[in-house]
Amino acid sequence: MLKYVIRRLLLVIPTLFFVALITFVLAQAAPGSPFDKNETKPLPVATIERLNRFYGLDRPVYEQFVVFLGNAVRLDFGVSLQRDRSVNDIIGQGLPRTAQLGVMALFVALAVAIPLGVVSALKQNSAIDYASVFLSTIGTTIPSFVLAIVFIYFFGVLLKLLPFVGWGDGLDRRMIMPTVILALGPMAFLTRITLASMLEAIRQDYVRTARSKGLGEQVVIVTHVLKNALIPVATVLGPAAAALVTGSFIIETIFSVPGVGREYIRSILARDYPIIMGTTMLYAAVIVIANLTVDLVYGMLDPRIKVA
Amino acid sequence: MTTASRAVSTQERAAVLNVIHRQQRSLWIDAWERLRRNRFAMAGLVVVIVACVLAALAPLIAPYDPVAQDTPANNSSPFWEQGQYWDPRYVLGADQLGRDILSRLIWSARISIVIGFVPTAIVFSIGILVGMVAGFYGGIVDNLLMRLTDVVYAFPDLLFVIIIVTSLRATPIGEFLGGLILIFIALAVVSWVGVARLTRGQVLSLKEKEFVEAARAIGAGPGHIMRRHLLPNALAPLIVTAAFSVPSAMLAEAVLSFLGIGIRPPTPTWGVMINDGFVVFSTTPWPVLLPSICISIVMLSFTFLGDGLRDALDPRMKL
Repeated sequence: MLKYVIRRLLLVIPTLFFVALITFVLAQAAPGSPFDKNETKPLPVATIERLNRFYGLDRPVYEQFVVFLGNAVRLDFGVSLQRDRSVNDIIGQGLPRTAQLGVMALFVALAVAIPLGVVSALKQNSAIDYASVFLSTIGTTIPSFVLAIVFIYFFGVLLKLLPFVGWGDGLDRRMIMPTVILALGPMAFLTRITLASMLEAIRQDYVRTARSKGLGEQVVIVTHVLKNALIPVATVLGPAAAALVTGSFIIETIFSVPGVGREYIRSILARDYPIIMGTTMLYAAVIVIANLTVDLVYGMLDPRIKVA
Repeated sequence: MTTASRAVSTQERAAVLNVIHRQQRSLWIDAWERLRRNRFAMAGLVVVIVACVLAALAPLIAPYDPVAQDTPANNSSPFWEQGQYWDPRYVLGADQLGRDILSRLIWSARISIVIGFVPTAIVFSIGILVGMVAGFYGGIVDNLLMRLTDVVYAFPDLLFVIIIVTSLRATPIGEFLGGLILIFIALAVVSWVGVARLTRGQVLSLKEKEFVEAARAIGAGPGHIMRRHLLPNALAPLIVTAAFSVPSAMLAEAVLSFLGIGIRPPTPTWGVMINDGFVVFSTTPWPVLLPSICISIVMLSFTFLGDGLRDALDPRMKL
């Protein structure tokens, strides 16, 4: 087990290295420079040259990459090319909001998906069963930005129930819509998984044994069915976290949430290399760690799974 | 024995041998029968076909030029909101630049269909080829493929596509056909690995089966085995994956265009239309809501069709 953990941890390094390499090369290979944004009043050539020298952009790409790697290992991602602030500062400011959005969305998704999946498995063809099928079809097929538009139109514009611009500190009414929309995708996915694995667990022999030795229905469901049915749910938390991460920059852009995702889109449009690198590495690290944690926890939850 | 060999058709032969003759049915006919009984899947199929026809005939059907601006008619409302802003020439209204929304919706279907099918075709050609070779021969190709998948899986799909598209936008490839080709390439680069991995897995389990051994025993070469024995047997899950890959490519285009880094305006796509109208969304919602509805309907149809295909082709496959 320890050997497996160490090997998986070591695999994280080459993975992140290649993510960094691909992003770096692509971002740098692109024509144009971060200093040619103002087309009507271009900067003097001498100024651009000085800026390039200052930020080390005049050196060959491989040299820049080595410098980047050296700094990145110490978690230093440099300074934004457009704003006079360090990347860590910019990410540090957005991260709490993005993390709060992601965690709240994951919580909402789980809080709805698990009860819904369990109840629809126990009461097949009931109203709740149909409701969960409806929800999971909508959530997995309709793109989140379209759902966001429809929600904004109904709850924001027509009914004027909820605000739909900005974020806040602590808990704020402005957080409701972005959180719910971001949660819908993973919620649908988790409901499907819960339902499927409940249906499978119910038919197992150990459930029949539990019933035949006279255990109450509640005990059977909670300690025998549920405990086993939730293991597959735990394994898809990794992909769910990935969905939340990639979903966040669309949601943040639509609802003007000042988080990392909006910063990411802004930096890409402005070709602000250091921020692009910093945010991409952050996203990749979150996904790699989420998947790794899930794989390791899976082995602990289900002793039948032999990790090797 | 002699009578049996003289019999011509299978029916006669069955009669002679005194066994029950049954019409031969291939897996594909069975699957089609199962698909036809699935009402949701058939509804999805109909919508997909209608969308394809609209896309193909866009220049004939669309009442106006999708990029022509009729400035006095700007922001006119759709027919169900008749009022002082309704212009009878534009059934679904016009956007803030006075472009006919109905025509733009029809032309958008064209881009969406192309974006859905072309990258999927590229992805599956490359993915199946590499996956076959990796699964069949193993060795270096296999090792490389597996390491590559590790990296690609750590990269969120959309993030990867965004980085490729934004960095190559200003190149000649990025400007060709309003950015269409670049989106093809980005989607293909990101998704072929998944298909290759799926094919590899299929081939790995199939190549140990008896029919492959039998084919080898009668002297079939590796190319023949891959084409005639492995591919047809691995096809079912690949078709299902393709049915889901088409809408996800369409979705990627819509998201990119919505974020302003996809297809270049004024070329109409549903994503571009949403992006165009989003600024004035709270006062004139229809130019944004209508393309959103179109995207949703097409996505739902493909999902129903994909689910139906999965149930029809492989009843044992789950989720």
